[in-house]
Amino acid sequence: MAKSPAASAAYDVARVRADFPLLSRTVYGKKLIFLDSAASAQKPRAVIDAVARCYENEYANVHRGVYYLSQKATDAFEAVREKMRAFLNANETREIVFVRNGTEGMNLVAQSWGASHLKAGDEIVLSTFEHHSNIVPWQMLRDRLGVVIKVVPMDEAGNFLLGEYEKLLSPKTKLVAVTHCSNVLGTITPVREIVRLAHRAGAKVLVDGCQAAPRLAVDVRDLDCDFYVVTGHKMYGPSGTGAVYAKAEILEAMPPWQGGGGMIRRVTFEKTEYAEIPYRFEAGTPHIAGTIGLGAALDYVRGLGLEAIERHEAALLDYATRRLSEINSVRLVGTAAEKSAILSFNIGEVHPHDVGTVLDREGVAVRVGHHCAQPLMDRLGLVAAVRASFGVYNTMADVDRLHDAVLKVQRFFA
Amino acid sequence: MSELSDLYQEVIVDHSKRPRNMRRPADATHAADGHNPLCGDSISVFVTLRDGRVEDVGFEGRGCAISVASASLMTDMIKGKTVAESRAIFQAFHRMVTGKDELPDEGLDKLAAFEGVRDFPVRVKCATLAWHTLQAALEGRAQPISTE
Repeated sequence: MAKSPAASAAYDVARVRADFPLLSRTVYGKKLIFLDSAASAQKPRAVIDAVARCYENEYANVHRGVYYLSQKATDAFEAVREKMRAFLNANETREIVFVRNGTEGMNLVAQSWGASHLKAGDEIVLSTFEHHSNIVPWQMLRDRLGVVIKVVPMDEAGNFLLGEYEKLLSPKTKLVAVTHCSNVLGTITPVREIVRLAHRAGAKVLVDGCQAAPRLAVDVRDLDCDFYVVTGHKMYGPSGTGAVYAKAEILEAMPPWQGGGGMIRRVTFEKTEYAEIPYRFEAGTPHIAGTIGLGAALDYVRGLGLEAIERHEAALLDYATRRLSEINSVRLVGTAAEKSAILSFNIGEVHPHDVGTVLDREGVAVRVGHHCAQPLMDRLGLVAAVRASFGVYNTMADVDRLHDAVLKVQRFFA
Repeated sequence: MSELSDLYQEVIVDHSKRPRNMRRPADATHAADGHNPLCGDSISVFVTLRDGRVEDVGFEGRGCAISVASASLMTDMIKGKTVAESRAIFQAFHRMVTGKDELPDEGLDKLAAFEGVRDFPVRVKCATLAWHTLQAALEGRAQPISTE
């Protein structure tokens, strides 16, 4: 049996855990082992406090009032736009559009940029890895405009096939929409190369960064992508928050997608002049307190350091892969060369739903099912899989508990 | 707190590993497909109905231990029953797994093994998928049924 490797000296996971109040609770009288951060991450005290502080001390609507509180709330809200710019290393704060989640981000790009820049016969290239949120908005556009969707295949291990991707590109390709990190397999896609090839073909690139942004240092200027979408709740921030990064010249050429308050310069019943970017895309009152909480989450993650997080999670993935591989009945799903700390697997013929129930009773929270990526599951010939995903607060002991719970499943259904 | 063994009773584990009536009767007169979008499980139920009585019944599909065992025990149970009788059994079964009945209805017989499901609310849909699909087949509904 493998022994737990010592935690990296530079990364004090016990201190990190102490920042997350929920992690100290128990379920069914057992210590909670939370292995579902890829679905939604837990929140550090700093985020919870920022949201509470906003409501207790600084809450008013933003971009509206002339009074003191409204100005304070607006300043706090807009400061997060700058934090997000810095987090993604974008050029300008006006390149950051706030949305409610990653799904809304993809829909914004599809309905605004897509509907105004694409026509029948144009091609959109997706990858096999895509989450439904990066498939369905493009299918809706296809049904409306007659654009054509092409899909980049993967190999058995779950590697992105650059050569096959290159073959799909042509002058007809107008957009490549690809995830930076598969939510099922953990595969990290070669985004920089994907972007380079797409741009050579004259296509724009949207990157779904929902899984990557909490795990990898993201630099949108280095990647040179045209759109990068993140969701707040997976980055240890509140649910109902997120952002779309887009190059300023692209945003400038995009029409609004939702109409209402906050996105206008002047309205008469005859016509409306729209606000400048990014406000043109932010109709209605935003999630003010949530976005302020997201700012605290960005500070928190940057405080830990993305490189330290990457190292910590890589060690967890490595150890978990090794420990689960010790169990004969475990089949890993996704063994790409470049992977983040997402580990999917199945146990013999036991249905993942049954696995999930047994693990739950051991206090181990994992996701089971199709993970909102049914085309990927079809490609793998699976109806469902068990997914353990790791975050900044997970420990080697969590991996051991997962291992022991999996053994219990094996015994129970033997 | 209920234990795992309350949910996965011996008869359930047995039927999930060796499902009975997992076949399509050649002379089936009624059929329907059921789907649980939450877990991607799907099932088809086939019934041979003669003079208002279930002469034969079978199912195909894949799913978790609870849904497969439920389909297996259901087919065993309703063979020979009238349409009205099988509906009454489903209603009693539904009341039991959703915790509306204190004690399982006596007529449920072996199906009482699913009593533990009521302490696992997220698994109620697994236990009832086959039954909903059977109802759809008996009522001749053409659309695939969904637990959502």
